[in-house]
Amino acid sequence: MTFSSKAQDPVDRPRVTLRAEALTKIYRTGEVEVQALRGVDLELFERELVVLLGASGSGKSTLLNILGGLDVPSSGRVFFDGTDITASEESALTRFRRDHVGFVFQFYNLIPSLTARENVALVTEIAAHPMAPDEALEMVGLGERLDHFPAQLSGGEQQRVAIARAIAKRPNILLCDEPTGALDSATGILVLEALEQVNREIGTTTAVITHNTVIGDMADRVVRLADGRIVQITANPRRRPACELAW
Amino acid sequence: MRALNRKLLRDLWRLRGQVLAIAMVVASGVAVLVMSVSAIEALEETAQAYYERYRFADVFAGLKRAPQRLAHRIEAIPGVQAVETRITKLAMLDIPGFDEPVIGQLVSIPERGTPVLNQLALREGRFVAPGRVDEVVLSEPFAEEHGLRPGDHLKAIMNGNKRTLEVVGIALSPEFVYAIAPGALMPDDLRFGVLWIGREALEAAYDLDGAFNDVSLSLLRGAQVETVIERLDQLLDRYGGIGAIARADQVSNWFLMNEIEQLKTAATILPVIFLAVAAFLTNMVLARLIAAERSEIGLFKAFGYGNAWIGWHYVKMVVAMTAVGIVIGWGVGALFGRLNTEIYAEFYRFPFLYYRPGPAAFAIGAVVSLGASLVGTIGAVRQAATLPPAEAMRPPAPPVYERTWLSATWLGRWLDQPTRIILRQISRWPVRSALTSTGIALSVGVMVMANQWTDSINHIIQVYFYEAQRHHMAVGLVEAQSSTAVHEFERMPAVLAVEPMRIVSVDFSKGTRKHRGSLAGMVPVTRFNLIYDVSGQVIQVPPGGLVLGTKLAEKLGVGVGDEVFVEILEGRRPARPVRVVRLFETYIGMPAYIDIRVLEDLLRERPSVEYVNLLIDEAAEKELFAKLKDLPEVSAVMLRRAAVDTFRKTMAETLLIYIGFFSAFAVALGFGVVYNSARIALSERGRELATLRVLGFSRMETSYILLGEVGLLVCAGLPLGCLAGGGLAWMITTAFETELYRIPLVVEASTYGTAVLVALVATVISAALVRRRLDRLDLIAVLKTRE
Repeated sequence: MTFSSKAQDPVDRPRVTLRAEALTKIYRTGEVEVQALRGVDLELFERELVVLLGASGSGKSTLLNILGGLDVPSSGRVFFDGTDITASEESALTRFRRDHVGFVFQFYNLIPSLTARENVALVTEIAAHPMAPDEALEMVGLGERLDHFPAQLSGGEQQRVAIARAIAKRPNILLCDEPTGALDSATGILVLEALEQVNREIGTTTAVITHNTVIGDMADRVVRLADGRIVQITANPRRRPACELAW
Repeated sequence: MRALNRKLLRDLWRLRGQVLAIAMVVASGVAVLVMSVSAIEALEETAQAYYERYRFADVFAGLKRAPQRLAHRIEAIPGVQAVETRITKLAMLDIPGFDEPVIGQLVSIPERGTPVLNQLALREGRFVAPGRVDEVVLSEPFAEEHGLRPGDHLKAIMNGNKRTLEVVGIALSPEFVYAIAPGALMPDDLRFGVLWIGREALEAAYDLDGAFNDVSLSLLRGAQVETVIERLDQLLDRYGGIGAIARADQVSNWFLMNEIEQLKTAATILPVIFLAVAAFLTNMVLARLIAAERSEIGLFKAFGYGNAWIGWHYVKMVVAMTAVGIVIGWGVGALFGRLNTEIYAEFYRFPFLYYRPGPAAFAIGAVVSLGASLVGTIGAVRQAATLPPAEAMRPPAPPVYERTWLSATWLGRWLDQPTRIILRQISRWPVRSALTSTGIALSVGVMVMANQWTDSINHIIQVYFYEAQRHHMAVGLVEAQSSTAVHEFERMPAVLAVEPMRIVSVDFSKGTRKHRGSLAGMVPVTRFNLIYDVSGQVIQVPPGGLVLGTKLAEKLGVGVGDEVFVEILEGRRPARPVRVVRLFETYIGMPAYIDIRVLEDLLRERPSVEYVNLLIDEAAEKELFAKLKDLPEVSAVMLRRAAVDTFRKTMAETLLIYIGFFSAFAVALGFGVVYNSARIALSERGRELATLRVLGFSRMETSYILLGEVGLLVCAGLPLGCLAGGGLAWMITTAFETELYRIPLVVEASTYGTAVLVALVATVISAALVRRRLDRLDLIAVLKTRE
């Protein structure tokens, strides 16, 4: 199965990139059952930046993992550009992640043996229509540090390399799980600026998980989760620039 | 049970794959040691007990003919405990259904009672009855080869008369553990056998009434063997004595002791190499395993546990892991030791077997293995324990990598990132990488060393039996015949060409150095039985003097130009110094050659022959065999084909089986190294690999990063292993030098190939096992946490 991003969409509505229908997820560890998701419906639109807010255990990470093709729901379906990815084979999910999804992790997950540029190249080498690694790093303000190894970069710089790595493939969706969780606020804001810029310049649908409500201000929509359900979706009339945020 | 001990057990269970792989490495080292040492101990003990129980004599002497009353004078030699006089003769046998000529060693036994010395272990049937001249007891291996049982019959030409003999019993004797035909190199139970016949029957057949032609002595404790032999030689001199020999020089015993010596060398060197390799690997693997427990060590410290306590905890863990290996090693080693001993016992035909392994091998194996494990562990634990707990609990800071010269080259630019990860990983941890490669190299090396035996043996066969011996068969005559016998052989069916040879028993001496051996008289220009230097050069015997094998020259401490004192133990027993004119290198035996005319001159005899080497038309050999069977003067027929077969068989039954065990252990070792390396790398880098999977790398591509590194290290290890194998083979062939053999260092390309192939298969299997784990990486878990 392949996923195409060239499907036709209605003229007047923003195109839906990713759609989740009635997702549930139950983890079984031994005899204990944990219901992480209890029926979630969500649409992510092209070019939008969504912030998913929720306390620990609210199910936001589970949702992100399922949307990103890292995990499969117990029931319900996820459509990418109209194609059901929940029915996909493992190898198709790998292709989905490779070609269409960018991930940014809380702890950066850079490969320590590769320089910043090489970490980005790691992804561009296998992607279908990537940008040049230098270009991606330029975009996150690291044009000067191309040949530094992770051990030679600060936390914020490492996270920006991770963002460059995630966007260099020109993904349709960028999924960020607590991207500022391991950073101080000033550095965190630099990282958010990078995300904001990427979203603006290449129009990638971006979903950011956080439990920091302030970050919600920079989003088009804020989705709140609690106890495995979406409890509230608010659309911001105006996105606040990341540089104005403070916590 | 304390919570921590419970944790220990659960950790061991969690790590069971690795525990098993480490145990396998430890077990191979221990098992090889236990197997080798216990088998050798058992072999020596059994041989000794066999000799004692069946009263194997201390001194042996052959002579022409002496009256029985001489026995009393022999008994009177100081130091002699018991004397057994016998009649021994060689006879051509005719076995129903077997075309080739068979030689029988006839040995007399008393019709009443048992022999005083060299007693028989009766396996079946009974001893000969008094008054029955046609009864015979056969040696067991010979009887088995021909399927002869009590009640069966065979024919023997005794003193020119063909006699039918009835088999009444089957027996073994300590005197013929190795039953080797005169002049043969290896036992051939099909073509040479021992027949025990009543003394009176042999006296009658050979006109030796009241006389004997063979005597064995046992000595009192503390008696001087040399003095007794000297006195005995003096006594027997006028009765045609051909020189008494001590037990050490008795053919069967000499072969047996040589073999045990060889096995002992193997049993010392190989296990030492093996145990060292295993210890090295255990050390390496455990050090990495403990290093991966770093955050846990930090946690313990945070709880307030002291370094000593933490150390003790991990020591227990490692001791448990190693103990599993030691116990497996003990069990497998004892099992294989027993198996090995049984194989030897069967080969040597010991009537019983002592397998009582002593504690030494078990203890040494355990101590070395534990020591190696503990050294590896303590280093790693100390490293982790010196960190402040908070730092230890955090994952280690990303290691600092460096761009190497490679990155700047065109090759570097061309590399993809996964390959770059592999290369950087290796260059970042050069010692660890080198150790992994070394581990592989050592297991390949051990395999090469084990398998090169076959190459060496094939090489010996090629050189000794084919290149140096162009003739198909050699025929030994009962006594030296006039040289017209050569023409008689030339006229026989199927014979294409004949070359005579004379072999005499000789004492060589130079100062205090002595060697009792044989001297071969060669025709000036030999065509079949070539004196063949291992370098491939054919040597012709110069008319002037001796041509010696280097091993003999070494034993006597002589070189070209030196004189050796030669005392011929036959005829008039001439003795005189002869100059050494040439040395040459051989693989087998300690040969000495001289021009046959010079030998005849020494013996003051007319030209005579005792051996003829025949080139025959093998298609017509049956006629020749039939003819030879009826010739009373023929005492031995040696077929090259049969000699090669028995040589191979002998080697296959002793050394090669032993070596086979080694190959198996080497495979276990190789597997242990690769699996552990890959498995530990996986636990160290699981997070990195999971990240790649999240980034969209397929399983195949992530496997490439992990297994590619292991593969690359294996590839680096392979040529190193071949080199190491060559080195080990050299070491062991050098150590294996005995009077009987020099093992040439020959390693065929196929031996390297096999070792490499086996290592690769072990790699693929362990890679497949690790790959299964890699496929089950938890992608989500690694995203959130830092380990």
